[in-house]
Amino acid sequence: MNLHEKTIHELSSMLKAKEISSVEITESVLGRIDAVEDKVGGYISVAAESALEQAKVADEKIAAGESVSDICGIPVAVKDNICTNGIATTCASKMLETFVPPYDAFVSKKIKENGGVIVGKANMDEFAMGSSTETSYFKITKNPYDLTKVPGGSSGGSAAVVAADEAIFSLGSDTGGSIRQPASFCSVVGLKPTYGLVSRFGLVAFASSLDQIGPMTKDVTDCAIALNAIAGHDSMDSTSANIKLPDYKSALVNDVKGMKIGIPAEYMGEGIAPDVKTIILAAAKKYEEMGAIVEEFSLPMTDYALSAYYIISSAEASSNLARFDGIKYGYRTKEFEDLNDLYAKSRTEGFGSEVKRRIMLGTYALSSGYYDAYYKKAQQVRTLIKKSFNDAFAKYDLILSPAYPNTAFEIGGKISDAVQMYLGDICTVSVNIAGLPGIVVPAGFDTNGMPVGMQLIGKAFDEATLLRASYAFEQNTDYHTIRPTL
Amino acid sequence: MKVTTEQIKHVAELARLKLTDEEVKSLNMEAVIEFADKLSELDAEQIAPTNHVSDIYNVFREDVEVPSYDRDDILKNAPAKARGCVLVPKVVE
Amino acid sequence: MNYESVIGLEVHAELSTNTKIYCSCKNEFGLDVNTSCCPICTGMPGTLPVLNKKVVEYAIKAGLALNCSITREGKQDRKNYFYPDLPKAYQISQFDLPLCTDGYVDIDVNGEKKRIGITRIHIEEDAGKLIHSVMGDESYVDFNRCGVPLIEIVSEPDLRSAEEARIYLETLKSILQYIEVSDCKMEEGSLRCDINVSLRPVGSDKFGTRSEMKNVSTLSGTQRAIEYEIGRQSEILDNGGVIEQETRRWDDAKGENVLLRSKEEAHDYRYFPEPDLMPIVVDDEWIESIRATLPEMPDVKKARYTGELGLGDYEAGIIVGNKSMARFFDKCVELGGNVKAVANWLQGDIMKVVKEQDITFDDISFTPEDLNELASIVDKGTISITAAKKVLAKMFETAEKPSKIVDDLGLAQINDESAIEAMVNDVLDKNPQSFEDYKNGKTRALGFLVGMVMKESKGKGNPQIINKMILERLEAYKNS
Repeated sequence: MNLHEKTIHELSSMLKAKEISSVEITESVLGRIDAVEDKVGGYISVAAESALEQAKVADEKIAAGESVSDICGIPVAVKDNICTNGIATTCASKMLETFVPPYDAFVSKKIKENGGVIVGKANMDEFAMGSSTETSYFKITKNPYDLTKVPGGSSGGSAAVVAADEAIFSLGSDTGGSIRQPASFCSVVGLKPTYGLVSRFGLVAFASSLDQIGPMTKDVTDCAIALNAIAGHDSMDSTSANIKLPDYKSALVNDVKGMKIGIPAEYMGEGIAPDVKTIILAAAKKYEEMGAIVEEFSLPMTDYALSAYYIISSAEASSNLARFDGIKYGYRTKEFEDLNDLYAKSRTEGFGSEVKRRIMLGTYALSSGYYDAYYKKAQQVRTLIKKSFNDAFAKYDLILSPAYPNTAFEIGGKISDAVQMYLGDICTVSVNIAGLPGIVVPAGFDTNGMPVGMQLIGKAFDEATLLRASYAFEQNTDYHTIRPTL
Repeated sequence: MKVTTEQIKHVAELARLKLTDEEVKSLNMEAVIEFADKLSELDAEQIAPTNHVSDIYNVFREDVEVPSYDRDDILKNAPAKARGCVLVPKVVE
Repeated sequence: MNYESVIGLEVHAELSTNTKIYCSCKNEFGLDVNTSCCPICTGMPGTLPVLNKKVVEYAIKAGLALNCSITREGKQDRKNYFYPDLPKAYQISQFDLPLCTDGYVDIDVNGEKKRIGITRIHIEEDAGKLIHSVMGDESYVDFNRCGVPLIEIVSEPDLRSAEEARIYLETLKSILQYIEVSDCKMEEGSLRCDINVSLRPVGSDKFGTRSEMKNVSTLSGTQRAIEYEIGRQSEILDNGGVIEQETRRWDDAKGENVLLRSKEEAHDYRYFPEPDLMPIVVDDEWIESIRATLPEMPDVKKARYTGELGLGDYEAGIIVGNKSMARFFDKCVELGGNVKAVANWLQGDIMKVVKEQDITFDDISFTPEDLNELASIVDKGTISITAAKKVLAKMFETAEKPSKIVDDLGLAQINDESAIEAMVNDVLDKNPQSFEDYKNGKTRALGFLVGMVMKESKGKGNPQIINKMILERLEAYKNS
């Protein structure tokens, strides 16, 4: 088995046993990138040189016998909306094509402090707006399981490079499903942590009250390891939770006996593809076999969640993306008459269609006379959605559902119909609206051999239970071992 | 609520976007806004809005100075600069 | 027609914190362009604000000084608009839950007290500065001022003349300076105001349409800008016109205002709750701890000086009007000094030196204890007033204790009666003629003799004792 095919925990043990070096792993991963990146297109930029330097530093630490983190010496891909000091951070937009931040995101700093090796910046939907990675200004990323299909989005690059062994793990961001849906499409493990568990400092904001950074990994153990590395309080993020965190690795227990799991009927309705439904019900059965209690229940307000999500996220985005105005950084139009012309041309030329659509919707929702009917109303719905989850968690330890109504769709298949694209987010957006943790783990393949992930939703800051149930499922199934052939 | 082209143009102006009629059409804002209008079916008059999902409050910083960044780093990404400043078309207000 | 003007002020005061409101860059005026900046205050992607606690405390302090109610759960909001000096393209401010509401300030209009309502005080961040090139078609953006903390104090439309508005602004300025939340240097732009003016026929209780005037940044400018606007509106109304609700810009150099934007062009700021900042919850304990840091307000202080301390109205006014003098004085009083003597010293000889050296009473080299000691030495008669002035001069120079200076310079008076008697005897022996002169009604003789003894004692003899002793002898001779 090649080094790039292995998991963090496998490689970490080998590194600590001094059987291999981080430079060897990094070279293996860089070799894999050379071999398959043309087909996959998961990276916007690859930082081979600095990666090898970081690998050397990691090797020195290990050689010196320092007590190192489990991610020390492990190559990681970082979504290109997460700032990396000295490495371009583009958000897959023409607007930020040349932007090189003079600072690190909190998570980038944590990765570096823990000795992680940043190999490159992963492709994504422009400013994380999309479900297919097709809105990237730079390239279209392909699904490693079928190169004619999308990897999902917006963290499509982060999912694809892990599935294609072009990185051992990656970081994505999730505002309405952007980690979980591509995880489902690419058969990797993707976790959207509780709002406030991972600092947002240095994550280029899409929707501030919904965004969270999370890990995308080859298995659940790696997910716990990566979460250990990036979770924790940050005084630079006022929304960061200042609480004592467990060692997430200790949550990896193969036992779900007596655990109560609810399946929301609203997430298993008409729009869900039969194959997906079958796979989720099979997963439910598996849990029952393992001793959990699974039952169906109703999660009210689901009907309104999508509209509320698109209003809140677009409104916040319209404000967050106003700073891209051609003045301080990023794209500035070449010819302009005056200041307003400079603003309008730079923004119109620098942003792609989907970003403009969201800015328009968000500006409209906040504009004079419409605020109460849209933004305020959406925040009221948010209260109701939160309550319906609270009620559910009074009865259940976890909620089980699909991550997406379908498996990966054809490239170009949905991009022309925005509303159709939005409707696909039905199973994921409520989790962000309520600020809860959600994980997606490989749960099977449809009749065409395309992956299906199942989603588990937990109580706020109860990532441990999510990881435990995911780990137990993984230990009793082998979907995560089936890799794409490229 | 049915939106007019005029409204859409006004919103574009607020957002500092220059949209041709064709672009307005291709963005299909009518459909998107109709999608958002789903909320109008619901009566939530008595419900308090949630601005933050967590109940954290009073997050403060002490009033202690930390050295600023080098000016070169602050201006590094600016498309036009001169005399230690970002350069913009002349504005009067 | 005769109109009554209705005026309200929105005053922006920069707070004198060490650092900015949402990042740890230095809050200082006059630095080289773009040298007090970081990714946060220049709005770089991904950066987040964290609120400076001092800003909240200063705003509450101002609220308490202006008799406001303090909001128990406040929040911050985004005010969205595009401008090159606003790097995030939104200003973090407070919309519907400002930190302080419903206060008032009493102003003195030509001897009459008038109460002006304070609608609200909220916190917000300042924008950067645009430097306009004289020759070219460009402006330069300096982000140093971005994120400097401001409070905006909004008054009720209770002001009725340009003069009242100026007095209100002066009063506000002195209060903010007194409680040390803002240095209110209008020349540095740390105090600025927007002015709302409307007119209505005298006797009417309905408000007219108001205009808003921006860019007023001097005290005298405030008065002139309002006078100009009242004139402009009166003229329109007199000619049968209507006042438009619009925003105008004051040009202080030209002494006129020009239209900035009409009602139709008014900004749509799209306020919404700032998702990056959590609520500000203020409890009683916090309010009381801030209240405890409030100094005595000028009017209360003056009442105490004239009442309890028995100072005259004029001298009380002088001390209260000079913050550092009042601080020094209060300390002297607290330490049990002679109130009247200390007040005299401060306003007289000490003030003279402070002015000459262009310093404040905080910078004086000696302490309130030292001044009390000096006053007490004089009271005890150890030294004369003339000698005390010499001691004071030395205190300024060396900061040594007055008693030590008295010893070093040998300024102590001779109070020993036997020593003085010997000198008196000596002088009287040498001037027998004086007894006759005195007897014949030439009372000048007394002064002459006292002077001679003082000379003999090298100026150290206690003049009272000398005077008394010689007088006794002369009277005895006269009556013999």
